[in-house]
Amino acid sequence: MSDVVEAIRRAIPGAEVERIENPGPSGQHSLLLGHGTARAVAEFLRDGQGWDFCSNVSGVDWPARKVKETLVRKDVVDGVEKEVKETVEREEPGYLEAVYHLYSVAGKSGPLVLRMRTPDRAGAAAVPSLTPVWKSAEFQEREAFDLFGIRFDGHPDLRRILMWEGFEDFPMRKDYVAPDDCEYEPTPHDAVLERVNARKEPA
Amino acid sequence: MSHLPASDILQTIDVSLGPQHPSTHGVFRMNVTLDGETVTRLQPVFGYLHRNHEKIAEGNSWLAAMPYTDRLDYICPLTNNWAYALAVEKLAGLEVAERAEFLRVITAELTRLQNHTAFLGFILGDMGAWGTALMYAFREREKILDLFESLTGARMMCNYMRFGGCRCDTPPGWIDAARAVVDRFPAFLDEMEALLTGNEILLARLQGVAPLSAARAIQGGMSGPLLRASGVDYDIRKADAYGIYSRFQFRVPRGEVGDCYDRFMLRLLEARESVSILRQALAAIPEGPVVHPKAKQRGLRPPAGEAYGRIEGPKGELGFYLISTGTDRPYRYRVRPPSLINLTLLEELCLGTKIADVMVILGSIDIVLGEVDR
Repeated sequence: MSDVVEAIRRAIPGAEVERIENPGPSGQHSLLLGHGTARAVAEFLRDGQGWDFCSNVSGVDWPARKVKETLVRKDVVDGVEKEVKETVEREEPGYLEAVYHLYSVAGKSGPLVLRMRTPDRAGAAAVPSLTPVWKSAEFQEREAFDLFGIRFDGHPDLRRILMWEGFEDFPMRKDYVAPDDCEYEPTPHDAVLERVNARKEPA
Repeated sequence: MSHLPASDILQTIDVSLGPQHPSTHGVFRMNVTLDGETVTRLQPVFGYLHRNHEKIAEGNSWLAAMPYTDRLDYICPLTNNWAYALAVEKLAGLEVAERAEFLRVITAELTRLQNHTAFLGFILGDMGAWGTALMYAFREREKILDLFESLTGARMMCNYMRFGGCRCDTPPGWIDAARAVVDRFPAFLDEMEALLTGNEILLARLQGVAPLSAARAIQGGMSGPLLRASGVDYDIRKADAYGIYSRFQFRVPRGEVGDCYDRFMLRLLEARESVSILRQALAAIPEGPVVHPKAKQRGLRPPAGEAYGRIEGPKGELGFYLISTGTDRPYRYRVRPPSLINLTLLEELCLGTKIADVMVILGSIDIVLGEVDR
């Protein structure tokens, strides 16, 4: 893994590559690519390093989360110096992630895991598309766009693939609320309407 | 004819093939533009069977996804089980019981046999030969499904594998019954070959139709029989040697041209290799427990981390990408569906062919819509 990073840095000066540790027992560490040089790095990996087979493309949603931190500081209370513990809540911004699993057909090795992160989870959340490098990413990037709302800049045909055109939400996001079956009832009765309206009102 | 303006003579026709028919592999649709009978554009339309399998799995415990994987590629439930169990075992660092490793190889190769058998019947249907070949194939497939039923309790929705092993041991006499089915299988393959492969119509419909080069197959993410039919020597059973595949002797058949005929013949050759693996596994299976004693099922909480596990499914590379945050349910559960990704090059394969060939090309890819749409 570290020799791949070195080879990338040697071949592409200024390449934004960062190694991400996987704490689990699978030992599949990954490379986080910066948007600016992602396409060039991918092309180098395919042509220069033999990672010719892009097997899997997946979206992952990481919503904003509150992180609690305990700070210890010294303070003077009633003239006596004491250690005071203070809990600070800090919000870490959320992001969407596109993960690619590469294999080498000739070298029979892999996986090499690449990831790219969007700056935020808003509508314009975008990463560069790697479909021009590996054609096999075409339908899978469309799926990540469809279900997660990740825009892939430079994708030749970025449309919804599993949900229908005109559907507005992104069902695989963690904060997606599935519609109640009763909303599709032809003649909803009062109790059903009440429940639906309560949910539709902005909180 | 000559009094028509040129634009009318050159008019193309848009045809919506499906949902249903294209020879009823499922609810799949292709928007095809035709110039005469020649395909000039083809766009697959997905999603008719979409139920957001991944979202449902993320809302349940790790074990609860296991029976649900049966419904992905419902022709091959046991290989789906294995792929998911393998990914979870990688994620949680679990070991697998020795006897269960053999049972997994046996059930997976039986699954490959019955998938390829069904394929032979289906592709003849795609060519218009409804009935005979399919009934011959299903007669033989039923014998393997009977084995699945006596082992797992279900013909198709088997729900058989568990983390670190399998759900239950074989009933008395099952190994002998399996051996009898496997021993009779080459005779069926001979029969199919005698019936089909020399047939002039079959050769005319398959040979030279939609050839695919090795480089394009790799670029397009083709896997399994399609990749090997294009001449690429790549089998995950050899490349990753997952499970205990390194202990068995078998060859990896390859095509030369990568046309529909190579894809058809490759399944026949692969079936013969599966028979060979099955004979070795059935002869060497040891006694012992079928689940590793340290493996947890219901209360499983894999340590935080991620893992991608994949197997050589009958239709191609079936993978599961899992992320755990240390809780009792998957944070991210992603299926790498070979049926969907093998369709990436469908348009490229069909361009310039006649519309009647589209059915054969789709049939030669071998898809199941339960896995395409998830």
